[in-house]
Order: sequence, then C-alpha cells, then structure tokens
Amino acid sequence: MEQSHHGAESGPKQRAVEVGTALLTLVFGLIVLYGSVLVGFGWGSDGPQAGFFPFYVGLIICVCSVINVVSGLREDPDEIFAENQQLVQVLKVLIPACIYVALVPFLGIYIPSVALIVLFMVWLGHYGWPLSLAVAFGVPAFFYITLERWFLIPLPKGPVEAMLGL
Amino acid sequence: MKHLHALGLGAVTALGMTALSMLPAAAAWEPTKPVEFIVPAGTGGGADQMARTLQGIIAKHDLMSTQLVVINKSGGAGGEGFLDVKSNKGNPHKIVITLSNLFTTPLATGIPFNWKDLTPVAMLALDEFVLWVNAQEPYKTAQEYEAAIKAAPDNTFKMGGTGSKQEDQIITVAIEKALGKKMTYIPYKGGGEVAVQLVGGHINSSVNNPIEAVSQWRGDKVRPLCVFDSKPLPYTDKILGDLSWSSVPTCKSAGLDVEYLMLRGIFMPPGVTQEQVAYFVDLFKKVRETPEWKQLMKDGAFNQTFMAGDEFKAWLDQSEKTHKDLMQAAGFIAGN
Amino acid sequence: MNMIAENFTFLYHGFGIASDPFNILLMAIGILLGVIIGVLPGLGGANGVAILLPLTFSMSPTSAIILLTCIYWGALFGGAITSVLFNIPGEPWSVATTFDGHPMARSGRAGEALTAAFTSSFVGAFFAIVMITLIAPLVAQFALQFGPAEKFAVYFLAFASFVGMSKEPPAKTIVSMMIGFALAAVGLDMVTGQLRLTFGITELLNGFDFLIAVIGLFGIGEILLTMEEGLEFRGKAAKIDPKVVWKTWKTLPRYWMTSLRSCIIGCWMGITPAGATPASFMAYGIAKRVSKNGKNFGNGEIEGVVAPETAAHAAGTAAMLPMLALGVPGSPTAAVLLGGLLIWGLQPGPMLFVEQAEFVWGLIASMYLGNIVGLILVLTTVPLFASILRIPFSIIAPVILVICAIGAYTVNNNVFDVIMMMVFGVLGYLLKKTNYPLAPLVLAIVLGDSAEEAFRQALLSSGGAVSVFWSNGLVSSIMGLGLIAGLWPLIGLAFSKLRGTSAQPA
Repeated sequence: MEQSHHGAESGPKQRAVEVGTALLTLVFGLIVLYGSVLVGFGWGSDGPQAGFFPFYVGLIICVCSVINVVSGLREDPDEIFAENQQLVQVLKVLIPACIYVALVPFLGIYIPSVALIVLFMVWLGHYGWPLSLAVAFGVPAFFYITLERWFLIPLPKGPVEAMLGL
Repeated sequence: MKHLHALGLGAVTALGMTALSMLPAAAAWEPTKPVEFIVPAGTGGGADQMARTLQGIIAKHDLMSTQLVVINKSGGAGGEGFLDVKSNKGNPHKIVITLSNLFTTPLATGIPFNWKDLTPVAMLALDEFVLWVNAQEPYKTAQEYEAAIKAAPDNTFKMGGTGSKQEDQIITVAIEKALGKKMTYIPYKGGGEVAVQLVGGHINSSVNNPIEAVSQWRGDKVRPLCVFDSKPLPYTDKILGDLSWSSVPTCKSAGLDVEYLMLRGIFMPPGVTQEQVAYFVDLFKKVRETPEWKQLMKDGAFNQTFMAGDEFKAWLDQSEKTHKDLMQAAGFIAGN
Repeated sequence: MNMIAENFTFLYHGFGIASDPFNILLMAIGILLGVIIGVLPGLGGANGVAILLPLTFSMSPTSAIILLTCIYWGALFGGAITSVLFNIPGEPWSVATTFDGHPMARSGRAGEALTAAFTSSFVGAFFAIVMITLIAPLVAQFALQFGPAEKFAVYFLAFASFVGMSKEPPAKTIVSMMIGFALAAVGLDMVTGQLRLTFGITELLNGFDFLIAVIGLFGIGEILLTMEEGLEFRGKAAKIDPKVVWKTWKTLPRYWMTSLRSCIIGCWMGITPAGATPASFMAYGIAKRVSKNGKNFGNGEIEGVVAPETAAHAAGTAAMLPMLALGVPGSPTAAVLLGGLLIWGLQPGPMLFVEQAEFVWGLIASMYLGNIVGLILVLTTVPLFASILRIPFSIIAPVILVICAIGAYTVNNNVFDVIMMMVFGVLGYLLKKTNYPLAPLVLAIVLGDSAEEAFRQALLSSGGAVSVFWSNGLVSSIMGLGLIAGLWPLIGLAFSKLRGTSAQPA
C-alpha cells in the first residue's frame, strides 16, 4: 500500500487497493489451479475427477481477476481508499486483535481475552481501571461458567490455567 | 545360609506387602478433570450416536467421577480426530471411539497415523453389515439378486454406500470380485441417507448397518438378503411379520463369500500408563452391564464381542492386514 | 379426508400431553437455553441439542423431545439476535437476515428488526407445522422422489434465484462466488475419498467451515469498518421503546405476500431436504426482485428481514417431517434429534406414525405450543437486546472480538480456525471496501460442496450422461425454473424492450 504525506485528505489510493486485491485473488486462483492439477482435473469414465470443479473454478477466478486488474487501473487515480487517520483507527483495532489471535494457541483464550479488553477499554476508550478490570475478568468468567461448566465445551487453555488446575 | 534365607524371605514378603499396598493405589487412577471423548466422524452418524449413548449411560449411572465430553473431529475422513489424539502424548483425559476409518483413512488419504500410534483400550462391539434391496424389487433371496447381477452387463446395478474408499465400498468391491461383475458404487454422506435413497428407488441395493435400515424394514420398504458375518445374528425379536434378525441368512451360505465387521473400539493417546488404560477398560466393562447398553446392542443387532489388552492388539493387527489386502486389491491405496 | 379427521383426533390428544404443566415448564426452559445457545456464536442448534441430549435419557421420550425441540426453536430465534445486532450470523440460515437486519440496527431500528425477525420466524414455523399436521404422509412420499439429480436441480435453483441481481460489477461478483466454491472444495472429496487443495497441511483437512468464514467476513469485518468512523459512532442510536413490538406489528401485515411466498419456499426446501440455508437465500433473492422496494434491499428494508426469516424457519420446521417419516434428517439438528430418537428406543421411519402415534402427535402439538411460548418469551427480550447497542463501542468491540474467537474455536475445537477467522476478517474489510459482494461468497461456501456432490452422484448413477438432469418431469421442471430465475434480468430487459418502454437502470 502506498502512503501519501500529510493532511486529512491523504491516504492510500482506491486504485492501488483495487489492483492489489485483484492481484491477491489472482494468486489465490493460481493456487487453486495448482491444487486441482495435483489431484487430476479430467473427466473420468463415470463423471468428473476430484479436481475437475476446482480447476474450472480456479480458471474463472484467474480470468476475472485479470479483468478486475484492468478495470482497477482505469479507475479515477485521485480517489482515496480511506484517509490515513481512518486507517490508523482501523489499525488500532486490527493490530491488538492480531496479537490476541496469535497468542490464543499458546496461552489459551482466557488470559489474552482479559488483556485485550483491558487494553481496549483503558487505551482506546479511556475508561478507569476498576470498570475495565471488572469487564475484562467478568466476560471470560461468564464464558467459563456457561460454556465449560454448563455446556461442557472445553475452550483452549494455556499453562496458567493448567497451574491453577482448571 | 538359613539366616540369609529368612532375611530374603522377609525382604520378599516386605516387597510383596508394599506391592500389595501399592496395587490398589495404582489401579485406582482416576480422572481429575473432564475427559474428552473424540468422535472422528460427524454429528448424528453411527459412531457419534454410540459415543453420546455412552456419555449418557456413564452420566446416568454415575460411573465416572468427572464428566465425559463428546467432541466431533470429522475432518479428512476422521483423520483430524486421530491426529489430535496422536499428538496428545501421555494425556489420560482423552479417549477416541473408532470405526473402520482407523484403518481406511490413512491408507486411502495418506494422512500420517496408524492404530499403533494410539493406545488400544477395548473393543466395545462389532457392527454388522447387511445386504439390502428395495422391497419392491423381485429378489427374495440373495441368490436371486446375485443371479440378476451376473446376468446383466457390468454397471447395471447401483450400490449406495457411506463415503468413498471406506467400509461400504470395500464390501462392494468384494462382492464384485465374488460375482465377477462390476456394480456402480454411489457414495453418500451418511447411512440414513443411503437407506432413504434405497427406499426411493434411486439405488438398487445397499450394505447398511442394521441400525440404519431397521426402521425401513419394519415399514416393509426394504428387504435384507444376507448378513456379512460368519454366522447368523442371534437376535430373535420379531421385526416384520415372522421375520427377525436371526432369519437373515449369512452371505456365505447364500453363495456370496464375503465377511466384514466394523470395529467400535476405544483408544487413548500414546504414552499413557497401564493404570490409566485399566481404568477405562474397567469403566467400559461396567457400561456393558447396564440395561441401556444392552438395549442399544439389541436395537442395532451388534456383534457383542468384547476384547482388551493383547487379545485386542492381535485382533487389530489381523484386521489391519485384512484392510490393507482388501484396499490394495481394490486400488484404494493413496499414491504415496 | 377421513385420514385428516383422524389426524385431528390424534392432535387433540397430543395437545393434552403437551399442555401438561411439566411439559410447559420444559418448553420455557428449552426456549431460554436455546436462545442462549443461539446467541453464543459457534454453538448452533445442532451442538446445543447434542450437548444436552444425554441429560434427557431419564425423561419420557415425549418430554425429552419437547425439551430438545424447544432448545432448537430457541436457538433459531436466538440466531437472529446476533445477526441483527452485530452482523454475526450464528447459523448459516441467518446470513440473509444480516443483509437488511444489521443496517436497520445501525440506523437505530434494532427493535423493529428483531420484532420482525421473531414474528416472521414464528409465522414460518407455524405454517410448516400446519402443513405437517394436514398432509404429512403425502409429503413424505414427495420427499422420496428426490435423488441426487433432483437435489442438484434444487441447489441450482437456489443459486440462480439469488445471483444475477447485485449492483456490483459482474467480474467481482463472479470472483467472489468462485472463491467461495474453491474454499468449499478444500478437504476430503466425498465422492473419490481423495484429499484436495490441502497441500499436505493437516490444519486444512477439515476444509473451511462456513461459520469461520462468516464470523470473520461479517463480524470482524464489521468492527474494522466501524472503526473507520471512529469510536464515537455507536451508542447513541438505539432508542429503547417498550411499544416497539406493537408498532412493528402494525406494519407487518402489508408484507403478507412475501410471507406466504417465503413459507412455501421454506416448506419445499425443508422437505426435499435441501435445508433452511438455500431457502433463506432464495426467499431473499425473490423478494428483492419482486418487491417494489427491491432497490432499497440491503439498506435496511424490513421486508428483507421478513423474507429470509420466514423461509428459514418454515424450512427448519418442515425438516422435522422427513426425519420422522423417513429417518432422513433435513438439517444437522434434525440429525442429532434422530440419534436421540434411537436412544429412547424409537425408530424413526414409515412405522413411527402408526406405532408411536402418541409420541408423534405429542411432538407436533408441542411444536404449536413451543412456538407460541417461544414467541412470547423472545418478544419480551426485544427491548433488552436492543439496548445492548447502547453500550459504548470501546467496551462492546473487544467483547465481540472475544465472542468471535470463542465462536470460531467451538465450531471444530481448533485454534487454527481462530487464526483463519482473523484472516477472513481482514479479507472481509478489504473486499467490502473494494466493492466485492460477500453474499455470493458465503452462499457458495455453504452450498458449493453439497451441490458438487449431488452433481457427481447423479453422473455416477447415469454412467456419466449429463441428460440425467432432464430425465424426468420433476428434475426438468426444477432445472427449468432455475434457468428462468438465472436469466430473469435478461428476460425482464427483453420484456420491457418489447413493450417499448425504456428498461429500468440496472
């Protein structure tokens, strides 16, 4: 993504993002094509093989992606995708959320959830610590009780929960 | 010498005493948190039903101090569930119920696991397979149906079954071998769907498990021709008119030399201790004594063989070889 | 006629059984549990019923099935709540509800959207129950006509009536739908038993579950879109009005035609059994084409909530019929209930209506009562749920993120799915901002697999001859309907040209 300089009106261009997205779908289409070729994409004696449908699906994705790349290039070069300021807002959610999701496999779902809610409320929402902590511990506790205790659905747990013997 | 002997004897006694006092303690391993019960198949199928019945029986009779939690992991023909158990080395709070995909999935898909990667606990029962046709069809016996298949060109008769390169298709290939004619095998998602397709006349025959088609039989919509076991079923409760499971002849006696039974067994992750395995063997022995379990066995006309320990391992070894041979012959083994 | 009279006698007895105080209590408990299950994403009706199934072993079969079916109704009602409030459909058939339900909530009309959704659910379910009461055996016979070719024709019709009507550029719509098909194809190919598109990655064995994609694309994507507008956006909109239920009810009768059409689509789809998801998409698609407000669909049109909800619930209820009469489940939840029937010693199938008349009619009577109890219960919660939107965004956003993660995990008990959910979230934001429609993608993930499977099963049975798709009256007429639906925009264009009037702007 290309970033321009200052001002409320600046931000990555819609055209660049359009082309980028179309290239992304093109790559996806190519992966699908490759995968279908691996399992065989012909028409066997009794109907299509495993890769038959994915092959044509992949082919259509590629063709239409190329069309989208071309039509994306023809778009108004000045229209912006989103203002930088807006993107900063989005990243403020996206980055913590990505870190959260990355931590779940290692720490389980409870501790990252507490951290995420506290971070969000204190840093972005400017709430006081007491309320933030109450919500942060309350929500996971609620899910622990309803899901794990009532409905017997185990959620991912990490070393800390193991230490506590939960 | 004598003195020494006495000392030795004392030592042995003492050892024996400690061993004795340790024995109950060791055998008394008990789960300390909920036990996950993995079902390597979808919700609502035969394995899932059996797992949820077990869960219900264990809860109702209070056979376990903690809870049993059923979890479906059906991805990749059950490969997902088996890989999960395989990777949980030494975790005694996880058990898995198996069906034939314990053998067929790794062979057909190349997903890397083998029953030897898991710890065998016990065989709960064996599921029977029966050859069914639509009740509207003229074939009253297996012989008549076999003759019709032999007389017609290849691929005239359509056989429906659950999944691809799994038990139903293995049996179909074995039938084809025995008769020297090809059939058209059509895979469906579940046994219930197969039974309904048979009633609707979209396929000519199926090899449904008894429990999947019994209700259609009661309604006189389908007809059992023979059972793929070495001896007829023992259940004599009337199902349709004077007919019962015991009146269904074996396929072998009807000139179709095919036998196949499906394992319903319990496994644990690798690396668990003897005591932990013993706990679950004991648990399932208790389950077998409950009236609910006996009812399920009767409803589904199960073969009630129970095995554990070395006997079970020997059976598994034999069964794996059989599957490998059958699948090799049918060309179902994954490329590499 | 005689048979119908006999059915009514049985039904009367059934009401006697179902209106037992203990059973009414079970209904209320079931509905409430169901609503909780429906609100928690990932914990759909099927899981909820499966989890609670063992608890019912000690009850009589009639009480047990009343409890479980009420959990099912509750989950159906509850699924609409998260769709409307947070754009997170808890079940496949709630997706179409988000299209107009969530825009309504964003413009401060959450109460109206919820009331319309609940009421439509009730109407759809009620219509289906009446149908079961009157013509159950006939309908069961009809369901048997559906082999693979007919099933494929139904899926084709569902696709055809939904696509070809979006405002977005065609190439983008096609890419979106094809991505859905490709994702649906990942994992085990049912027909050949081969793994495909997994590239040896064990996490991909299970393929891409529809719910993971939807939680990400809609739920996470929505949070990201909202963040663009800043934290202050939410919170002010939702006005709590205790009279909202009455006010909405006054406006609903004018959509009777949409309701009736959706009821019929739903019943048909539930019986065949194609299921509630194609029913909801089809009903939405047709309503959008036929309605005079069609152009405003997607911006918060109440008719866009009525159509899919009615159809989904008519289908969900009608799906009970093939289960009872044939032993083939019309939905995943019905599959679990089927397992329950077996455990209680009841064998679903042709003989159930004869041998277990008391049970069957008790169940049907409980469907009537359960839905009425359910409607009253959920309508009282409308102001409560609508007020959730008053909670400031900086509190609700992280909580929604946590709920999404839990929901994604519980679908398959797999942490990999949580990561996939985030990937879908970013993708959803990107696609939405670049004008790719998301609905065709979702429809393709849900139906792509089943449609391909039916197509190939049909070809297997015909020995590879494509003519199987017009080999009999039933399959040809459904395929014909599908073609008409797919070519509708062109037909409409030709029509208006013939009459000499200028075509409406596309």
